[in-house]
Amino acid sequence: MSLAAPGRKADKIDRLAELAALEDETGRSLWQETFARLRHNPMAIIGGVIVTLFVLLSVIGPLLAPYSPTAQTWREETSIAQGLFPGPRAENLLGVDQLGRDFFSRMLIGARQSLLVGVVATLLGFAVGTLLGAVSGAAAGLGGHRGRWLDNTLMRCTDMLLALPSLLLAISVAALLGRSLVTVMIAVGVVQIPIFARLLRGSMIAQANGDYVLAARSLGVRRWRIAANHVIPNSLGPVIVQATLTLATAIIEAAALSYLGLGNPDPSTPEWGVMLADAQVFLDVRPEWAFYPAAGIIITALGFTLLGEALREALDPKLRK
Amino acid sequence: MFRFIVRRLLQLVPSLLGLSVLLFIWLRRLPGGPERALLGERATPEKVAQIRAMLGLDQPIYIQYGKFMRRLLELDFGNSIQTGRPVSDEFVERFPATIELTIVAMIIAIGVGIPLGFLAARRHGRLLDTASVGASILGICIPVFFLAYLLKFVFALNLHLLPTQGRLTSGLQRTDVTGFYVLDGMMTREWDVVADALLHLILPGLALASIPLAIIVRMTRASVLEVLSEDYVRTAEAKGLTEKVVKRRHILRNALLPVVTAIGLLTGGLLSGAVLTESVFALNGVGSFIKDAIFYSDYPGLMGFVLIFAIVYVMVNLVVDLSYSVIDPRVRVR
Repeated sequence: MSLAAPGRKADKIDRLAELAALEDETGRSLWQETFARLRHNPMAIIGGVIVTLFVLLSVIGPLLAPYSPTAQTWREETSIAQGLFPGPRAENLLGVDQLGRDFFSRMLIGARQSLLVGVVATLLGFAVGTLLGAVSGAAAGLGGHRGRWLDNTLMRCTDMLLALPSLLLAISVAALLGRSLVTVMIAVGVVQIPIFARLLRGSMIAQANGDYVLAARSLGVRRWRIAANHVIPNSLGPVIVQATLTLATAIIEAAALSYLGLGNPDPSTPEWGVMLADAQVFLDVRPEWAFYPAAGIIITALGFTLLGEALREALDPKLRK
Repeated sequence: MFRFIVRRLLQLVPSLLGLSVLLFIWLRRLPGGPERALLGERATPEKVAQIRAMLGLDQPIYIQYGKFMRRLLELDFGNSIQTGRPVSDEFVERFPATIELTIVAMIIAIGVGIPLGFLAARRHGRLLDTASVGASILGICIPVFFLAYLLKFVFALNLHLLPTQGRLTSGLQRTDVTGFYVLDGMMTREWDVVADALLHLILPGLALASIPLAIIVRMTRASVLEVLSEDYVRTAEAKGLTEKVVKRRHILRNALLPVVTAIGLLTGGLLSGAVLTESVFALNGVGSFIKDAIFYSDYPGLMGFVLIFAIVYVMVNLVVDLSYSVIDPRVRVR
């Protein structure tokens, strides 16, 4: 009986394929498992739906908007002195603002700006923060005596950023750079840098004591490779949760900056935070002008927060079966 | 213990020095400059130069910094440019308003947050639990200044239940002792002042409390849930201790450790909220001063306020670390 018999060979390949399929089922990666758990969490589903709708809205919102956000089409019908503004009607679903612009169109287009601020600010904080945190964490966990010195220096720097109240820091950045959309993004993002840095560093130091790090070291793997290939991927969980939650905070902080008069001054790109800030003057006459953008901000922030919380639960090893 | 405090305070020095250098350079790069704020946009170059020389802004920045630090050693923060008065006077005058607001907000957040979080954990998975988790997630997502406006809109402008402006109804006479209106009123037995000042603090306090409250509820809940499943709780119940004793000595004491740390961090973060809340309710506190100082390029004012606040923030965290060893006997400060 030879092994080269055609029937036998096919058999063997089939068995191998079966085995491979079996392995696929049992040996799931951390992220596959996390995703599977997210699908069964109602919090994740609600958050996911909100976030998806919001992203969709920011993509197609400007196409859906019936009017230009800047055209003062109904200027004649409005009067600030008399508090006269056309309310909701067939042509203007949410009424007309103080300059005679269609409120509904501005809301639709504002979604994109708000998402942009949130995403760019979070990316900035995430990128710089995790870079600092990774260097610091690797130095502290694997670097020996000189590493501790580097870690100490970097952490004193983040301590300085943390010693300032976050909004104050954002205000200083905004004042330094002048009013613009980019300024708001940077100001909100800078505040997040020390948080990401501390989080990743702490998580990496905890991981550095793991058996697998000891194993890699005893095999003679270089330190930076251990950090890059083993420690960092295993430490990213809490950082990713934080990034999701930061998307919510960033949108809210941007609104706060707008309220303080440091928001995007460009009227051609309406943003929910600026709209909310502008509406405060008309709170007595038209409270809904504040409620619409506020609702937009709150619901969006809620979506990201729910998603982040669900992600945290899914990644928590204590809750894992 | 004493050595621990001293060492922590010494560690503070390099951080604050670094912070002061950074701030000093940073603030002087802000656009505008105090001469513009003082003289307006159409000032003549000679006038501008004169003012700059008067304020010492024409000298190299390291000399300016050296002078600033030398005066600082005598606890002199210079004069505020927007008001012309010594920064330390401004701070002493405004600090009580912010502290009162922060204390009221923290009392609300802790007083409601810990019991609610505890109850939610005890009724895990039931309506109260779901509702409080939902409410706390919502609480984090509402912008503080919008909540402040919402409260003002509903309770003050529509229902006329509570005052919306300032710290005291105008015309009400009070004797000044410490600058803390509530405390002063109690000391001089002017109970109408106490009541009035407290009424003025309810809405701003609620608005400011929203975020710490939300965080404390969730942290307490998560922490209690974890402790509830510990073996020692089962042991305590099994050996027949009353529910009250188990609750107080075994569950709460262990569960509150992470919450106490969070409270310290939250107290520092409250200043951000205070800037917004104070300006909505027209409270003359530290927050509103900082907001104005930025727009007037008030370098000495900003510098002094931010530095003092950074010190306060670090002190609060020191107290938190110390209280750790009181709550948890296993933690020995070194």
